[in-house]
Amino acid sequence: MTRLALRALEALFTLWLLATLCFVLLRAAPGGPFDAEKAAPPEVQAALDAAYHLDRPLVVQYGLWLGDVVRGDLGPSFQYPDYTVAQLILEGLPVSAVNGGLALLLALGLGVPLGVLAALHEGRWLDRGLMLGAGMGLAVPKFVVAPLLVLVFAVTLQWLPAGGWDAGWRSAVLPVVALALPNLAYAARLARASLVDVLGEDYIRAARGRGLSPARVLFAHALRPGLLPVAAWLAPALISVITGSAVVEQVFGLPGMGRYFVQGALNRDYTLVLGVVLVVGALIVLVNLGVDALRARLDPRLREG
Amino acid sequence: MTSPLIPLLLAAAGAFACASPGAARAAAATGPAADVPAPPAADAGTLRRGNGPEPSTLDAHRCPEVACQNILRDLYEGLVAEDAAGAIVPGMAEAWTRSDDGLAWTFRLREGLAWSDGRPLDAPQWVASLRRALSPATAGPFASQFEAIAGARAVLRGEAPPEALGVEAPDARTVVIRLERPAPLLALLTLPTAFPVDLAGVAAHGAQHTRPGRLASNGAYRLAAWQPQSHLELERNPAFHAPPPIARVRFVVTEDAAAELLRYQAGGLDITETLPPQPLARLRARFGDQLRVAPYLGAFWLGFNLERPPFRGGAHGTPEAGRALREALSLAVDRDILVRHVTGFGEQAAYGVVPPGASGHAPARLPWADAPRAEREARARALYAAAGYAADAPLEIELRYNTSTPHRRMALAVASMWREVLGVRVRLRNEEWKVFVHHRGQRAITQVFRGGWIADLDDARGILLPFAGDTALNWTGFRDPAFDALLDEAAAATDPAAARAALHAAEARLLDAHAVLPLYFYASKHLVSPRVLGWRDHPLDRHPSRWLRLAHAAEPAR
Repeated sequence: MTRLALRALEALFTLWLLATLCFVLLRAAPGGPFDAEKAAPPEVQAALDAAYHLDRPLVVQYGLWLGDVVRGDLGPSFQYPDYTVAQLILEGLPVSAVNGGLALLLALGLGVPLGVLAALHEGRWLDRGLMLGAGMGLAVPKFVVAPLLVLVFAVTLQWLPAGGWDAGWRSAVLPVVALALPNLAYAARLARASLVDVLGEDYIRAARGRGLSPARVLFAHALRPGLLPVAAWLAPALISVITGSAVVEQVFGLPGMGRYFVQGALNRDYTLVLGVVLVVGALIVLVNLGVDALRARLDPRLREG
Repeated sequence: MTSPLIPLLLAAAGAFACASPGAARAAAATGPAADVPAPPAADAGTLRRGNGPEPSTLDAHRCPEVACQNILRDLYEGLVAEDAAGAIVPGMAEAWTRSDDGLAWTFRLREGLAWSDGRPLDAPQWVASLRRALSPATAGPFASQFEAIAGARAVLRGEAPPEALGVEAPDARTVVIRLERPAPLLALLTLPTAFPVDLAGVAAHGAQHTRPGRLASNGAYRLAAWQPQSHLELERNPAFHAPPPIARVRFVVTEDAAAELLRYQAGGLDITETLPPQPLARLRARFGDQLRVAPYLGAFWLGFNLERPPFRGGAHGTPEAGRALREALSLAVDRDILVRHVTGFGEQAAYGVVPPGASGHAPARLPWADAPRAEREARARALYAAAGYAADAPLEIELRYNTSTPHRRMALAVASMWREVLGVRVRLRNEEWKVFVHHRGQRAITQVFRGGWIADLDDARGILLPFAGDTALNWTGFRDPAFDALLDEAAAATDPAAARAALHAAEARLLDAHAVLPLYFYASKHLVSPRVLGWRDHPLDRHPSRWLRLAHAAEPAR
């Protein structure tokens, strides 16, 4: 119980540090939310500054903002005054979650079996072909893959929309694939490498020696230890599909949360950037906790201590 | 990359590994239009329009950029409206009269006007809406354009209550507007600032009155759905006096021009907001009639900071040397090469500041605009020497622009012309948008910088106004009492010919001082699907959906 409380405190401290750091960095950047091609007259500028407390000392602004956050209020958006930051995040988060979740499922569901297949054919042409493909999947960046997918499946074949989030499931196909590809490749390589190691272990050789069928050896003895590294990789993978979605969301014009990182910073939308940073930071903390628990289930050695 | 950008990027990346930022793009303008009265419901279906970035707000009084203006023009109607080509037509008002001195305007509203939710809309509501638009608390970005209305300046500065505005509703169907000085009032009334905002909705929901189901508007369409960063959906407003042919309009957020083009090609859009920079000939060959390029009331120029060396005084520190240097740099730039090979989008070479399409304006031009290139270059070298520079003592300057590929290409081309003709050493410096805008407005560290102006109104005086007085818009720091006086004279003139002469003289003075180096006049560019009928070119690139129709072919254009 004390451990749990300690971890929670640690998480809160991390989030506070993150938010404070971001606040300072954002404010250190020159230019402000109301700098525009056509500057507003001084009276208008003053009214805007007053409405957003920008006329107060920075420390006071920080205090006001932090006070609001503690009360659960992320404040209004500077760039989109019709919405609060919380409303924008609530609109964007489901899109990012659906995309990231499906991409990760695809990566695991396809990557792990392919990795297992390669491991079982270690050194043979199937293994080499699969790993070559995985290498390419890792090497080609998303901002190249995504437009290529659009060119082939949207512009040339016209099977799927080239972007947007207004065509039901068809809108999700290309972004999910683009987001999944590098993770899929990584999952396959990881599963293969680990399984190759496990298959060389003495107890596997012993199991084979006892005359167990290859399938039994694989499923009953090799797979669980072989997939431990994949489980450990889940946390960084989840985080990468959440943060990596910024690129994919930009290319496909998806209304997800990842876009607010880039846009919010470019627009100097202080509250929006800070809100997104806090929410994603909290997600990362939660994901790490969850994955730790999952690893403990898979690997009894981790349950002690 | 400049060092001030680094903290910003760090902030954006935050705690996470690195999310590499995709290309973001500041966007410019648009939509469709035609003056063909089509039977309502003749062709149903949804018009899908690329609309650039996410609109920042749907509060008409607070909307600062083109993206929200495009949508608001579909949602609302002012006292007067524009047809597809930009001519003024009746809007809420069916008729209007003007006093002989041009200062008092009386508008007679249509009978039975209503909001999209059925509540009646009358003259006092329009008056109350304009008062809100001009009150300082609203912080309306275009409110100061209405300074010519009696009492407006005091109201805008917060020195008088909004009720002091010279706008009245003597009865439910009459609006009277009094001006302090002549002004293009009808054109002003087409700005969203003059659209009637439902104050009951504002009172009930504050800034969030703009949501579907809450936003009551009075235009051809009403708001049906809004998914931020994705799209907004509009449907016919049953209370509007002239039901539009197209039943539904979807404004799609298209942050990136290249991605927008792909979506158009994939059949997901009927109209694009703009086009990525590509040679016009290639686009023409590929898209034929779907490509719509038209002159646009905007000018692209380079500004000189007149408050700092070297442009204040050249090498000698005298005003004459500063002017000679600026003229030399202007002479050394071959605009024809720029518009043909660098922009290539149908832009026109510029030798003035006010675009040629500005109505009622007699454009001033640089005197040597038509001189042969060799002669211009010889003159440039002579002036360069007169300003105190030579091959062994060349001018070294910094050319500053905001980060974007077209601006970089333009800066490179200009810098190489300066180097070739005069031997000037140019350091190119690109800055992230907000940093650039901030520096430009301060006039503290800039030398030569990317400037330009896209007109909000077809009004030559408004285009010249930023060069008058000490405002944050006067990026060059140009000070000329005679110029300011000419603008005042044009504003006060009741005789159009006198106003035209004053504005011509003002522009000539600005050009003669070489405060700016005009490069080219903008062109608007769109792709318009063959299934969209009624599109007309518009000098301010406004294209309300109500003037468009859809061809019966159900299949979206490829």
